[in-house]
Amino acid sequence: MTQTEESVWIDAPPVQDLDLEMPEWYQAFQKASWDRFRELPVATRKDEDWRYADLKKSRFEKLYPVQSATVPGTVDTKPLDNTIAHFVFVNGELVDFDVSNLPDGLICAPINNAISEGGDRLKPYFDVDAKRLGDEKFAALNGAATNYGIFVYAPKNLEVDGSIFVQHYVSGESAPVFPRTLIIADNNAKVSVIERFESLDDSTPGLSVGVCDLHADHGGIVQHVLVQDLNKSSKQVHLGTSRSGKDSSIKSVILNLGSAWTRNESINRMTEDGANTKLYGANLANELQEFDQRTLQIHDAQHTTSDLLIKNALYDKSRVIFGGLIQVLPGAHHTDSYQSCRNLIGSEEAEINAMPGLEIDADQVRCSHGATSGQISDEEIFYLRSRGIPTDEARRIVSCGFLAEAFSKIENPQLVEWLSGMIADKFDSI
Amino acid sequence: MSEAATLEAVTIDSEGDFSYPEAYAHDAGVGLNEDTLDYISNVKGEADWIREFRKKALKTFESKPNPTHWASKDLENIKFENIRYYLSKGQKPTRSWDEVPDDVKQTFERLGIPEKERKYLAGVEAQFDSEAAYSNVKVELEKEGVIFVNSTEGLREHPELFRKWFGKVIPTGDNKYSALNSAVFSGGSFIYVPPGVKVKHPLQAYFRINAENFGQFERTLIIVDEGAEVTYMEGCTAPKFETATLHSAVVELVAMADAKIQYITVQNWSNNVFNLVTKRAIAHENAEVRWIDCNIGSRLTMKYPGVVMKGRKARGEVISIALANDGQHQDTGAKMVHAADETTSNVVSKSISVGEGRSTYRGLVHIPKHLKGCKNNTECDALLINSNSRTDTYPAISVRGNQHATQHEASVSQVSEDQIFYMQQRGLSEAAAMSLSVNGFVNDLVREFPMEYSVELKRLIDLEMEGSVG
Repeated sequence: MTQTEESVWIDAPPVQDLDLEMPEWYQAFQKASWDRFRELPVATRKDEDWRYADLKKSRFEKLYPVQSATVPGTVDTKPLDNTIAHFVFVNGELVDFDVSNLPDGLICAPINNAISEGGDRLKPYFDVDAKRLGDEKFAALNGAATNYGIFVYAPKNLEVDGSIFVQHYVSGESAPVFPRTLIIADNNAKVSVIERFESLDDSTPGLSVGVCDLHADHGGIVQHVLVQDLNKSSKQVHLGTSRSGKDSSIKSVILNLGSAWTRNESINRMTEDGANTKLYGANLANELQEFDQRTLQIHDAQHTTSDLLIKNALYDKSRVIFGGLIQVLPGAHHTDSYQSCRNLIGSEEAEINAMPGLEIDADQVRCSHGATSGQISDEEIFYLRSRGIPTDEARRIVSCGFLAEAFSKIENPQLVEWLSGMIADKFDSI
Repeated sequence: MSEAATLEAVTIDSEGDFSYPEAYAHDAGVGLNEDTLDYISNVKGEADWIREFRKKALKTFESKPNPTHWASKDLENIKFENIRYYLSKGQKPTRSWDEVPDDVKQTFERLGIPEKERKYLAGVEAQFDSEAAYSNVKVELEKEGVIFVNSTEGLREHPELFRKWFGKVIPTGDNKYSALNSAVFSGGSFIYVPPGVKVKHPLQAYFRINAENFGQFERTLIIVDEGAEVTYMEGCTAPKFETATLHSAVVELVAMADAKIQYITVQNWSNNVFNLVTKRAIAHENAEVRWIDCNIGSRLTMKYPGVVMKGRKARGEVISIALANDGQHQDTGAKMVHAADETTSNVVSKSISVGEGRSTYRGLVHIPKHLKGCKNNTECDALLINSNSRTDTYPAISVRGNQHATQHEASVSQVSEDQIFYMQQRGLSEAAAMSLSVNGFVNDLVREFPMEYSVELKRLIDLEMEGSVG
């Protein structure tokens, strides 16, 4: 398809023609989302959820229809050893998959198929008015335009070792993709999903506006890893939510390496007693990159715990924004919550904006947060140099170690190694 | 008015809640327009530039919306048209204690500050409603060239000193309430300390509000010249009224090179006061500014003392205690703007929420590009007393460049049950144990206050804690 002015969306939502028949509720959801997208204003300077953000970067002059995928000859896939299922999407089209190792009972399918075949079962997971942190308009756009994604359902008592690996490739000028991820762990089930976003080339500006919802029921365990390594002309909006039920546990890991501009939202809601959520993030920014990360930990039940650790390393003229909030709602007694944002600034023009917030409305609560920024201390460099390591290499080692610490609480050495390896690869280019 | 008549007219309902009959010589009426400003200017006999300054500020005030996109929606409940913007006893600032009206004296008596103690103080600028009711600068201070006057006198008698910085640290358009103050200000202290003069005793002013529906808009400007030092103290208590009262002050501090300013506030507004104050300091090379702030009472307090560190090695500090009880919202914090190399700032904030009280810390730390060696440390601790108490923390830290260090820590906790149990075992009542515990929580900050203030502070905290347990 050629990109002409005429193909810019004006009056019609960018919904792809699918061969699948969608249930009525979903069509209504898409229509309501499109109406909402058209109604909602773009963010302005007075918008507290966009404080410090470069609003110019969040505006898209033109939105082209989704392009049909160009299947590349060789897609570099690197699944982990314990990958139990593997999906490769290029511009939203499923070009390759392998589900031969999928355990019995685990449902894992492209989300469109799941919606189409699921009747009303998935309806409760699609809420037009879901709470967001300033990205309502993007969420509505995704709702109207979702054209692919992954759906995972782990039934009761099914504990899955190993991970589902999903690769998203974006290709073509101003080609937008609108992935939607939905992961549900039923009572005492356990599941893990790794998603990685990449561009097919180094320069064409792509766009991904994604939504990812995680649900863990009584005693369920969900782990979700998001690696964003798009090229440095591309933009990404990724809106994550999680809802954890009684004694359940949800762990989200986010690594941002690529893109010109990335906006991450993460809303983690602990709705029943004993729920636990963790969010670990590492951002390595250089050149003119801007990573804008907003998080919300909502404690809405007793004896809930949450932990958040974001580590940022900044170089050149990059900017990172962290806006975090712990909310302990009335009645959420005995909450234990932690939030920490640590920043390593490696150049004179890099900029970090940190807004760690607390709203406590309950009793017997233990809550704390911290935000620090600084540079590598001379003592650390001196120590490594005295062991024969050149200054540049010493800086690299310390910086890599600093970022990788965000992953120190992930109990999967191979995953940690994989993530740390990608950090090291990017450091080589700085 | 005779003393007996005054006493008869005094109404006291309970501890701290009392008021005197209102007998105002000047009253600008209710509501705000250009005529109100002309009235104020005429009464004060102000120069034309001040008149213009006020009128410009009124336009700014009217054009600015309430900042409810981030602040409390309660601001919308301020009925600007129902407020009296100027009141005065009609007296010129008096020089000696004997000339101060009796009812004002009794107000001070009620505050528990004996006359004797005040004699130790270098000078007392006691503000009763809009005008300074009492002003006394010790002879030796005058000899050293220290100027300590009210805002009207400062602008009239010493324009060469004060005009240069007036409205410069906090421009009229800084926010809606600084614009309001710029339009209708009256009262407050203007202080100039000449180079090298170290004022030994703290300068002090007490403020009181004593009229229904009446806003108080004092304006303070303190300029401390090179190498000079001063400590300024203000304290506020107010009796309860039926309808909300607005208090909106502007306090500007200028610390020239190597100067030191310490500005201490103990505040205990009544439950219906909106206390929306803008306080900011400029610290030049190697200067030091400390804001020591205690906020108790009021319906809504919004106060974020700031320091703009403009000169190399300037230092800024905010030490803050806030206590929010039922129906109160203490929205306090600090702004630290680093605008030169090697500047350092420190913020220590402790808040206590009692009953349904809500305390909020809102902070800003800004380190722009092309600077080096800037440091900030921020600590906020919150204590929740009851299960429906609330606390929030909203810091914003913005750092550019790799030669700085910032750190921010915040924590929220309760009074430990073990502690209370231990003290009860030793024969203390639960309330006394709680009070002791709370005083322990703020103790290290209370020590930063001068002795007479820390005594008063402890008493205020005890008073607020009454009835919060059991």
